[in-house]
Amino acid sequence: MVNEPTHTVTRYDQELESLRGIVARMGGLVERQTAQAIAAVVDQNEDAAREPPRLDAEVDQLEREAEQLAIRILALRAPMAVDLRQIVAVLKMSGDLERIGDYASSIARRALKVEQLEGALSFSALRAMGRLVQENLHKAVEAMVENDATRAKEVWNADTEVDEIYTSMFRELVTYMMEDPRNIGPCIHLLFMAKNLERIGDHATNIAERIYYAVTGDMLPAERPRGGDAAKAIPG
Amino acid sequence: MNTGVQATGSTQASPNGSQESTQAEARFSAGTTQASTMPLTEQDEHLTRPAAMEVRGLNFYYGTSHALHDISLRFPERSVTGMIGPSGCGKSTLLRVLNRMYDLYPGQRATGEVLFDNQNILAPGVNLNVLRSRVGMVFQKPTPFPMSIYDNIAFGIRLHERVSRSEMDGRVEDSLRRVALWAEVQDRLHSSATALSGGQQQRLCIARTIAVRPEVILLDEPTSALDPVSTARIEELLDELKGEFTIAIVTHNMQQAARCADQVAFFYMGRLVEVDSTPRMFTAPREKQTQDYITGRFG
Repeated sequence: MVNEPTHTVTRYDQELESLRGIVARMGGLVERQTAQAIAAVVDQNEDAAREPPRLDAEVDQLEREAEQLAIRILALRAPMAVDLRQIVAVLKMSGDLERIGDYASSIARRALKVEQLEGALSFSALRAMGRLVQENLHKAVEAMVENDATRAKEVWNADTEVDEIYTSMFRELVTYMMEDPRNIGPCIHLLFMAKNLERIGDHATNIAERIYYAVTGDMLPAERPRGGDAAKAIPG
Repeated sequence: MNTGVQATGSTQASPNGSQESTQAEARFSAGTTQASTMPLTEQDEHLTRPAAMEVRGLNFYYGTSHALHDISLRFPERSVTGMIGPSGCGKSTLLRVLNRMYDLYPGQRATGEVLFDNQNILAPGVNLNVLRSRVGMVFQKPTPFPMSIYDNIAFGIRLHERVSRSEMDGRVEDSLRRVALWAEVQDRLHSSATALSGGQQQRLCIARTIAVRPEVILLDEPTSALDPVSTARIEELLDELKGEFTIAIVTHNMQQAARCADQVAFFYMGRLVEVDSTPRMFTAPREKQTQDYITGRFG
């Protein structure tokens, strides 16, 4: 693959290239889904809200293609070492990307149901969180396309801040809901959207972990750095 | 498992001191010493066993041609060591050193040490007949003697021991059972071995080798002339035999090394490039040359 000399069997290189092409396309699509979903909420943009669910079918189709091609290569080429690691990484990353697309769609579907709360602090928090997650996702996809272990590790380290924002949003939204039951509807939507963004961030770090392993052969620690735990934000 | 290395799920392999030194002995590494994070499994326990044979600083020459350069390699007891590499890399040469097969040819010489049972088998005065009964060899093409199935096995035993007729019958049957050939040949023990199929002949040759009760078995591409079913039988056999014998197998078939070996050594141009546990070797080898070879990128 990238950064490696070519295989003696040219067809093998072509197959690996097309596998990489599929996840690269998935990466581009889910980046767009995520960007549109965030724009849909923070700008209350109806057009943007329609985009992510519309792209879902394409992402799902690419995931199936990636899986079929990966299985085919595993069966016919008996890949070893870096090739094997890359193919396993692609299999798992295509799953991560597909989930990211789902979360983006889920955000888009809720996006226009929160206008009543537009003045709330959480709205700007969601905006900040969206920006961070988008940035991280972009870097993860770049690391994926370029087989860049250094960048992958940056992504892996950068998710802490997202966790922190999510935890403080959680606390704040609970307060709004206690203040006025009429806030409960929009707050729940905001909370779910924040949760979805947080999950997108997690999948971006998963992608980073898989890239790191595929490129270096070493696994990142099972526990990544975390910032804040929403479960502890309110007394249970 | 008590190898001192965490068995599962860990991320930074941090072998303790004893493990590290064992691994260091087990490996040949030009520079990189970073432990791979592929966790050791129960199978890798083999690698921490004492060496049945140990090659130290071996150099080998065909006349003036320097065929092996400073090879050091342990063969842990009762485990399978796979030796891979492109043609002419020296893997078969190393195999031929381990029972001093090369002595049959003039102009070939070895320096360094091959320790076997606390003795350097390269030293002068080693009894080669005894050595070859303790370090048996199976070749690429099945080599049955042009005699009966029974005599093929009895022949080797008679060379080294005097045994009674009934004991010989027992030894022949036992050897044939061990290689799962008994059921197929028990009714025609006294017919010619050359009438057997290729796969049967190869199993007969392995039976002949183990009949003299060696400690180490060397196999030089033992399945390259066999069909997939016969190959699978031989591989299954290796799995059983390693409970009792130390096995070194030279193979061109990487998948075979992956299936059969506990540790794999990669040779290139007369040098040992890398040796490691089989799962590590095929998922995350440390040396670029190894990776290029096993992924099919060799020019």
